[in-house]
Amino acid sequence: MERVAIIGVGQTKYEQNKSGAFAELVYEVTSKALEDAGITVKEVDNVVSVSSDFWDGRTISSMAISDASGAFGKDITTVEGDGTFGALYGMMRILSGHFGVTVVVAHHKGTESNMSGITNTAFDPLVERKLGLDSVSSAAMQARRYMTRYGILEEQIALVSVKNHGNAKRNPLAMLPMDITVEDVMNSRMIASPLKKLDCSPVTDGACALILASEREAKKYSTNKKRVWMLGVGHCADAFRLGDRDLSDTRALKQAAKKAYQMASVEPGDIDVAEVYDAFTYMELMWLEGLGFCDDGMGAEYLERGNFNFDGEIPVNPSGGRLSAHPVQVAGLAAMAECALQLRGEAGDRQVEGAEIALAHGINGLCGQSHCVWILGK
Amino acid sequence: MIRKCLSNLNAYEHLDVLRKGVRQLSDWKEEVEEVVFPGKICVPYTWTVGSTLSKWYGLLRDEGQIWANRCPSCGKVYIPPKAKCLECYKDVNDWVRLPGTGTVETFTVVYYEEPSIQPKKPPFAYGIIKMDGADTGLVHLIDEIDPEKVKVGMRVEAVINEERSGNIFDIKYFRPVN
Ligand SMILES: [Zn+2]
Repeated sequence: MERVAIIGVGQTKYEQNKSGAFAELVYEVTSKALEDAGITVKEVDNVVSVSSDFWDGRTISSMAISDASGAFGKDITTVEGDGTFGALYGMMRILSGHFGVTVVVAHHKGTESNMSGITNTAFDPLVERKLGLDSVSSAAMQARRYMTRYGILEEQIALVSVKNHGNAKRNPLAMLPMDITVEDVMNSRMIASPLKKLDCSPVTDGACALILASEREAKKYSTNKKRVWMLGVGHCADAFRLGDRDLSDTRALKQAAKKAYQMASVEPGDIDVAEVYDAFTYMELMWLEGLGFCDDGMGAEYLERGNFNFDGEIPVNPSGGRLSAHPVQVAGLAAMAECALQLRGEAGDRQVEGAEIALAHGINGLCGQSHCVWILGK
Repeated sequence: MIRKCLSNLNAYEHLDVLRKGVRQLSDWKEEVEEVVFPGKICVPYTWTVGSTLSKWYGLLRDEGQIWANRCPSCGKVYIPPKAKCLECYKDVNDWVRLPGTGTVETFTVVYYEEPSIQPKKPPFAYGIIKMDGADTGLVHLIDEIDPEKVKVGMRVEAVINEERSGNIFDIKYFRPVN
């Protein structure tokens, strides 16, 4: 199979109440990514936008940012979900042989709306929506199920928050760099038990763009230093209804990870740095188990031993993760951009020395209903 | 104005520890006054409930009974009922009546207020109830107990609403079995 490369990345700073309009964020990251790739908009063949009509408060929201993404006079299509799925669509288009250089761009301005109201509409209007559930109350039930099944304590999941907010201090794009302790997390306001405020990620505004190209075009346009190969990808979905799943089970992630590892011919032990979707503290541990970095239920113990620290065996979320900035839809694409920078040796103070293979992970749906796993390499 | 609509979870300003280095005003705001439009989208829908769930709600509304359906191939029992089995993708046509009791598989006590979506004032408890006679869980409220006393593994029963109109609140909530 022909290889596809990420040849350029562009990101905004991630923050709340960002003052640019939707299109301005997309102009910013598309321009940055083109400049990073060393190409102009003329070399772009097509655009995959990642956007959500509900979050944007407009229908066919991709059309509204088409000019900004460089799609004028070109083909633009949309993925409604996490950015990792948009990148998958972009790669598939290139591999089809019908598309050239592809911009994948995601934007999010969640702080202009109401997170509970919007995520409530993800529930079935025929059954659960009336109950008033949202992404936080449903995640809290998943946290409790996971912690009950494996005997995990609240102090143990709190350590994820301590690690990731600490990591964010080395990332100028992150929103919440903080020196905090497990005690600070435990003393933060109870949101939905067992999740406290510092167990939850903040809704964040921002945008991210990747430029993808086939091996032939990547070699034509970019230097070896800038090229990052998309070595493997896998995705898988679990059942829609929460009650149809065991919320502590990561069967969909395990399938997605298996496919990605197989395609890239690597194993979990080969990963040098990972960005996983920590929308809530407990999720990082669950997902690390599902990705095969440790056995089920062992994530907290590995974390306590320092394995996932910045200087640990597998640094996890050196960017500060979603706990430090969570632009929904953008987040998985930002994780891929972060991995690309790590592999290029351009991650600044948070550079993981000698990173050659990176893993980026995105989720879509309530309580991680579906997962997309990327293996990227030099 | 629009910022007043923000979810409480966004109100990180309340915690001083979170403030340092968070906001960065863009340069243009020093020269141009920022304009913000408040807005709201109100669009009505009428959602057809479909054959499977219409039957379920009908039995609940007219008989005050809780039913589930069973896959003829693998025997898995679903509540809410499904048109096709998750595992086998076979039509699920056998209906079984459930006793309405179950076990709390997991729960949360909600403390944040979102009056636009929440059915009652916090704190209140949601649970996933593993229903007796079924293989799946039903998400609902747990009430008639101090929410902080709810426990995983607790035995609960459905309380059927006196006034029923064919929706999920025909089950008022679940309460502990004495
Ligand atoms: Zn079946």
